Amino acid sequence: MAETEIKSRKDLLDIESLSIEEIEYLLKTAEPFKELFRRSVKKVPTLRGKTVLTLFYEPSTRTRTSFEVAANRLSADVTNFAVSTSAVVKGESILDTIETLQAMRTDYIVIRHGASGVPALIAKHTRASVLNAGDGFHAHPTQALLDAFTVREVYPETEQKRILIVGDILHSRVARSTSTIMRKMGMEVGVLGPGSLVPEGRPDYMKSFWNWEDALAWKPDVVYLLRVQMERQEQQFFPSLGEYHRVYGLTSERFKRVEGAGIYLMHPGPVNRGVEIVDEAMAYERCLINQQVENGIATRMAALYWLKPGEENER
Amino acid sequence: MGSERTLLSGEGITEKVGELAAEIRKRCGDDRPAFVGVYTRGVTLAKRVKEALKEEWPDIPLGTLDISLYRDDLDDLQTAPKLESSDIPFALDGTRVILFDEVMYTGRTTRAALDVLMDYGRPARVELAVLVDRGNRELPLQPDYVGLKVETKVGDYVAVQFVEDDKREGVYLTD
Repeated sequence: MAETEIKSRKDLLDIESLSIEEIEYLLKTAEPFKELFRRSVKKVPTLRGKTVLTLFYEPSTRTRTSFEVAANRLSADVTNFAVSTSAVVKGESILDTIETLQAMRTDYIVIRHGASGVPALIAKHTRASVLNAGDGFHAHPTQALLDAFTVREVYPETEQKRILIVGDILHSRVARSTSTIMRKMGMEVGVLGPGSLVPEGRPDYMKSFWNWEDALAWKPDVVYLLRVQMERQEQQFFPSLGEYHRVYGLTSERFKRVEGAGIYLMHPGPVNRGVEIVDEAMAYERCLINQQVENGIATRMAALYWLKPGEENER
Repeated sequence: MGSERTLLSGEGITEKVGELAAEIRKRCGDDRPAFVGVYTRGVTLAKRVKEALKEEWPDIPLGTLDISLYRDDLDDLQTAPKLESSDIPFALDGTRVILFDEVMYTGRTTRAALDVLMDYGRPARVELAVLVDRGNRELPLQPDYVGLKVETKVGDYVAVQFVEDDKREGVYLTD
């Protein structure tokens, strides 16, 4: 009998709507899943006979693969709905696609879409559990969970710890979801980015910095570098990648200071070497990027384990 | 809830643990087994029996299993059970293993526990020790070592409580 009863939800759409107890539950649940990776049989029969469908309207090898591995290790059957070759390009509406998916009796839908709110729309119209794998500039909840899990591995007590998020904050759902979860865990959040890329309406709790000098003087415990997302910038917000690296990137000189202060480094991947981060920082012993990848599988397993699709006859 | 009846007192549990330990010692002979407890109270039971055998076998390896991910009734639950760490800190292959659970009822927990164990390796043999066998099996599985055998009806509730996990100590039947 569990002492703390955390009722299952149908969908995982964002971090904002999760209670701190639910976040705690998910992070705790991810631990035994991570331990499974050390067994010879890395698979458990938990979702045997269930189907997971990945539906990516934006390309993402890492997140999709991570979800697929997570679902496979839970013994679910995974199908990748290949969007570019599907009827979507023929003008089929999202709701028609849902109708089709519904007929396939899928139990979990993992979706990424360029427009905010699409996962929520799909969740409303299907009995399947919907996991938001990134929508527009809105949310990327499983990324936030894996980031929180990773921080907790190095800092079991997160209260008052400081995380500095560097980069394209404006176009980043990662920045939004990850800063929200860190805040919920009692951390202090600072942001550093080009003036044109730090949103004006940012929440009060975020402390903003305009240069590395001030940001490092704030003594962060973790530096979280965002990826420069060339594809999501319709206008140019900074002159060139070289310019970005010089002003906001983790250069050799800044890396030496980070290393000297023992600050942990994180990045959601994939890394643009020489833009956000200098090559040698990838081999730094407090660089948690590979750990984030492994933890992504464990936390996504925890999410799939926790969510419960609606009843068979429901829509 | 119906009335509660005490099947074993705290002293009764201690006595049964002693009997389980003696029986295990007798049947295993020179072949020292490894213990594996099923969360939560199967782990406590395994620890108690290990403690009772510490003179003869001071270092019995002890592992723990959480069977939640192997349950066959997850679809019926509104709450995903809280997970504990399964930990088998010894080489399972070729080892004689005694699995501990506090109560044996339908046999479904044992089925799940055996499946988890097999995913960790290939033990030489597996035996099952329980504090209480309350009958009403739904699968063809039987324990090898039993503290107390008791006749119950389906729907009765048999609770084993240990001070380590609960506030009191004893075995109770509620009908």
